[in-house]
Amino acid sequence: MEYGVVVFYSTSWALKAEKVAKEGGFEVKLIPTPRQISSDCGTALRFRWEDREALLALLESKGVRIEGVHKI
Amino acid sequence: MSFVYLDNAATSFPKPPQVVEAIAHFLTHIGANAGRSGHRLSIEAGRIVYQTREALAELFHISDPLRIVFGHNVTEMLNLVLTGFLRPGDHVITSSMEHNSVMRPLRALEREGVEVSVIPCSPEGLLEPAEIEKAIRPNTRLIVLNHASNVTGTILPVKEAGEIAHRHGIFLLVDAAQTAGVYPIDVEADKIDFLAFTGHKGLLGPTGTGGLYIGPRVPLEELRPLKRGGTGSRSELEEQPDFLPDKYESGTQNAAGLAGLEAGVRFVLERGVEEIRSHELELTARILEGLSSIKGVKVYGPSDLSLRVGIVSFNVEGMEPSEVALRLDEEFGIMCRPGLHCAPSAHRTIGTFPKGTVRFAPGIFNTAEEVEKAVEAVRKIARR
Ligand SMILES: Cc1ncc(COP(=O)(O)O)c(C=O)c1O
Repeated sequence: MEYGVVVFYSTSWALKAEKVAKEGGFEVKLIPTPRQISSDCGTALRFRWEDREALLALLESKGVRIEGVHKI
Repeated sequence: MSFVYLDNAATSFPKPPQVVEAIAHFLTHIGANAGRSGHRLSIEAGRIVYQTREALAELFHISDPLRIVFGHNVTEMLNLVLTGFLRPGDHVITSSMEHNSVMRPLRALEREGVEVSVIPCSPEGLLEPAEIEKAIRPNTRLIVLNHASNVTGTILPVKEAGEIAHRHGIFLLVDAAQTAGVYPIDVEADKIDFLAFTGHKGLLGPTGTGGLYIGPRVPLEELRPLKRGGTGSRSELEEQPDFLPDKYESGTQNAAGLAGLEAGVRFVLERGVEEIRSHELELTARILEGLSSIKGVKVYGPSDLSLRVGIVSFNVEGMEPSEVALRLDEEFGIMCRPGLHCAPSAHRTIGTFPKGTVRFAPGIFNTAEEVEKAVEAVRKIARR
């Protein structure tokens, strides 16, 4: 399985994203932000890479601000 | 002697057992710093803080939980808005029933050039909405009202004030210290731009918790934070983050307290605000009826129960409030609060300044027998 992570400016936003994603039926998990990704927020949302477009569209539609998306 | 606690307007007691359990669970099993470190316990702590936002969002009909910022009590949140949003030259409208948590910041701002209008309320504490509109000036920026008076329990016309504020393109700040959890609040229907609440009264949480809802009409760039510092976000910058809730949440959160607050709010949601209100009003009606039947006792506030929350102020002729309260405590085990209740302006309005009143404030865990006992105690004290 290939995974990606969404990183956020703040853990509060990561938690909101987790909630929105789970409600949208996505398989996601909050994980410590991988070392290679520079983000100050220590929490990232891991998702299945194949869900990328649908997940990002959902987050955007729910007004969740994201800092970036990375493949891991 | 069995004790009767009738001081729920100062802080609610007892708390639901779930509140105590949630705090103990947090301190025993989670304990980490919310939103800082990214390990599982830090995430868990962050999740609890987030769930507390969600519970409050459900209670107040707030669509985005991240529009709620946390602090230590309603006083802090009122100071945030008043000192962060008003500038010299701005005009602010308030009522004569306010608590010092509004009056003192306003009086301090007045010395710095903010114009303050205090609309007089009736001796029952009622505010005529038309008077608010009449007070509006070209430089009016904010209306600030307590939702219910902590002295008389009188409910102020917040919804009408919200309509007036919107019509004039200004903002409404509501001090919900005495209504959150015991009276229905809908920030959208009531057009509330800022809702400030404290966690330890009707929301049944522990002391040291409070919060502020900031509505979408509020320009965040014009609302300065009360304090600045670490947020666990955007640490590469020496500037404060510009987004909610971090802009207004510097420093480590009272996560253990918020865990308790979540449990308190969940208790309120499960029991239902309407049911809590009807229980408190039933007790209030008994108190009002009982006290009114005692010769030499004067009760304050509106006689129409629908205009009150569960607070009754009264005086016994020829006695100081502090003396009545001391005897209630020492001879009958009844705990209440005498004096000015941090609200000198409200006492001036109802004609009880500087003496003050004795205040009974029943809560969700009081019973009819308890309030009857309190009324009978006042009867005995008044007889002598
Ligand atoms: C109407 C009102 N506003 C503000 C406060 C202050 O609450 P806190 O001490 O929790 O900040 C209280 C309670 O004391 C109150 O009744």
